[in-house]
Amino acid sequence: MKTDIILAGVGGQGILSIAASLGAAALNENYYLKQAETHGMSQRGGEVVSHLRIADHPIWSDLIPSGKADLILSVEPMESLRYLSYLSPKGSIVTNTAKFVNITGYPDLDHTFEELSEKVNIVRIDADQIAKDSGNPKASNMVMLGAASPFIAIHEDIIIKGIESIFKSKGEQIVEMNVKAFHAGKAFTLAKK
Amino acid sequence: MQKSLLLGVEAIGQAAIDAGISGVYAYPGTPSTEITEYIQNNKLANSRKIHHEWSTNEKTALEEALGMSYAGKRAMACMKHVGLNAAADIFMNMAITGVNGGLVVTVADDPSQHSSQNEQDSRFYGKFAMIPVFEPSNQQEAYDMTYAAFAFSEKTGLPVMMRIPTRLAHSRSGVIQQPVMPENNLHFPENPIQFILLPAYGRKLYQSLIDKQDWMVELSEESTYNNYFEGKDKSLGIVCCGIAYNYLMENYPDNNCPYPVVKIGQYPLPKKMLKRLEQQCDELFIAEEGFPLVEEMLSDFFEKGTKVSGRLNGALPRRGELNPDHLAKALGKEKVQPTSSPNILVGRPPSLCAGCGHKDTYEALNEIIAEVGTGRVFSDIGCYTLGALPPFNTINTCVDMGASITMAKGAADAGLTPVFAIIGDSTFTHSGITGLLDCVVEKTNINIIIVDNEAVAMTGGQSSAAKGRIEKICEGVGVDPTHIRLFVPLKKNHDEIVSVIREEMTFNGVSVIIGRRECVQRIAKLKKLNRTNKEV
Ligand SMILES: Cc1ncc(C[n+]2csc(CCOP(=O)(O)OP(=O)(O)O)c2C)c(N)n1
Ligand code: SF4
Repeated sequence: MKTDIILAGVGGQGILSIAASLGAAALNENYYLKQAETHGMSQRGGEVVSHLRIADHPIWSDLIPSGKADLILSVEPMESLRYLSYLSPKGSIVTNTAKFVNITGYPDLDHTFEELSEKVNIVRIDADQIAKDSGNPKASNMVMLGAASPFIAIHEDIIIKGIESIFKSKGEQIVEMNVKAFHAGKAFTLAKK
Repeated sequence: MQKSLLLGVEAIGQAAIDAGISGVYAYPGTPSTEITEYIQNNKLANSRKIHHEWSTNEKTALEEALGMSYAGKRAMACMKHVGLNAAADIFMNMAITGVNGGLVVTVADDPSQHSSQNEQDSRFYGKFAMIPVFEPSNQQEAYDMTYAAFAFSEKTGLPVMMRIPTRLAHSRSGVIQQPVMPENNLHFPENPIQFILLPAYGRKLYQSLIDKQDWMVELSEESTYNNYFEGKDKSLGIVCCGIAYNYLMENYPDNNCPYPVVKIGQYPLPKKMLKRLEQQCDELFIAEEGFPLVEEMLSDFFEKGTKVSGRLNGALPRRGELNPDHLAKALGKEKVQPTSSPNILVGRPPSLCAGCGHKDTYEALNEIIAEVGTGRVFSDIGCYTLGALPPFNTINTCVDMGASITMAKGAADAGLTPVFAIIGDSTFTHSGITGLLDCVVEKTNINIIIVDNEAVAMTGGQSSAAKGRIEKICEGVGVDPTHIRLFVPLKKNHDEIVSVIREEMTFNGVSVIIGRRECVQRIAKLKKLNRTNKEV
């Protein structure tokens, strides 16, 4: 078993909470894991990417080789396209459709996504709206994790345990809300499949 | 055994605590900062009262660490690669004094310059100083090597360098810890002249450093961090340093690399091991994260012997960090043609945060520059360096910490007037004060703007050593108090800021103009910290 994930977003969007949940899940199961993060200059409104690798055997490289990622999980639509060269021909893209516009000349991407969807499996989800609807606008990243979960080779219960362990310190209510957001995201992808 | 999920830098922090250090000494710098922050937030470290305050710069940090070692205790100093330039004097000389308590210098290099002015390779410093260097390939090795490095330092009497690149510093993996060791007791060095580098003593001590070199090579030969892996295909022998080994093995998922491989994790180089590789193989290929240090050492200057390839002959890129694809290409492994990104994507260059005071300062300064002409703003390193980019385009230089004041002085000496230096509070205390003293001594016609956001913002909002005393420091250095001016960088103060700068510009002498308003990220960080402290 192995899942190689490119996690993408913009500095400040908190993609690392997704990585932390999966990391905790992997650790609980005694899986091997490597997760390379972006720190420093690029965090100030710049693009951020994390390479997350989970396997049941030792992992060598901290970086995913090009063409080998099973999944691009992006919390921002333009960012989901920035790392396409990493995606395996059999890989999938799961992206939030809510744009983060902190630059001028943000391109129109509808046509690009249409073209691309003929070649690769893409799930586009308005995670911000679904998070709002499920009662916690802050849980958009957990909606994204839920939406991506059918493409991740870790059992759902284990991911949920991971979510529980990283939000535990914030109280039961926060844990519940995040788990609820996870389920809402997952339901969206399953309905589309 | 229980694994903890740690970044490479965190693994080093944890290992240092477990190895019984009594102090960590550091100045922030990406990607090394989180080592010290990890120790600052660690329960055991706090209960042991392990020293963990930030130092003013890397030189003071390393000297303080050597002082702790003199007193018999274990100490670690941490810095980014360019920080070692600032500490080069003490670094070179402490190789000659050697240590008493174990001393480890952890230096984080930044290949590809993710957040640095250059991508220099600290292993050259290790070789220059003739001290052992450890270079881990993964988080567990980062832990194990750091843990062992203190005892190794005490056994050899030498400081040990731990060298890690950004990629390992900021990547997480499961790490198994070793038993916690007690701290050393205070004890004086046995040799009373060990730390006195008078030329007569220095020569002796230097000779003993030279005499240790063969032993260092022997220790490298036996080290578990240097390995010879057999391979059937002798057409090529491969040498991989540190994490380059991972990128090689990523291309052989079943661990079936056909070539003999030497993996290097400890320097000086294990000579016998490498000789054996050279004798067995037709050609050599060297993969190292950083400059071609090993490649140059093994390369055949007169091209009469074994062919060596790597970064120097184009088999690998000459600069930048490596990845598995580079190794695949160099070894002729075929790849699937990856999907390329659409070319309509736009980049997101880093920018100043909304509400950042540096904006207000640049907007005011730009009004003056429009009047007197461009090309005269000497800046420095920090968030305010973003003043080089649109929409500001204000600053003309950013070279090394402190160089704003001194370069502006040099330009003023050359006859350029008016000149402006713009420098952050932490950069000013790091290495701006000495340059200011030069200006005071010579009554230089210079306008120094100190943008005091009461934080080391660029590296994540650590406390700055300035602590609201910049005007006092400047007065103490000898700046005329009537030419030390204060302003608050806020939009509503725009006209006032412009007129303060204009007034000082007309004064022929040293002016210091201090803009003080706390970094908005730092305010948010402290609020969050307060909240969690209350909850606990
Ligand atoms: C010798 C050296 N040490 C450390 C660094 C890393 N670094 C970059 S900017 C900076 C300090 C910035 O603080 P300050 O001058 O107060 O400016 P601010 O970012 O707060 O605006 C540091 C530590 C460096 N580039 N060079
Ligand atoms: S971190 Fe602070 S100093 Fe840096 S850009 Fe943001 S507000 Fe300004």
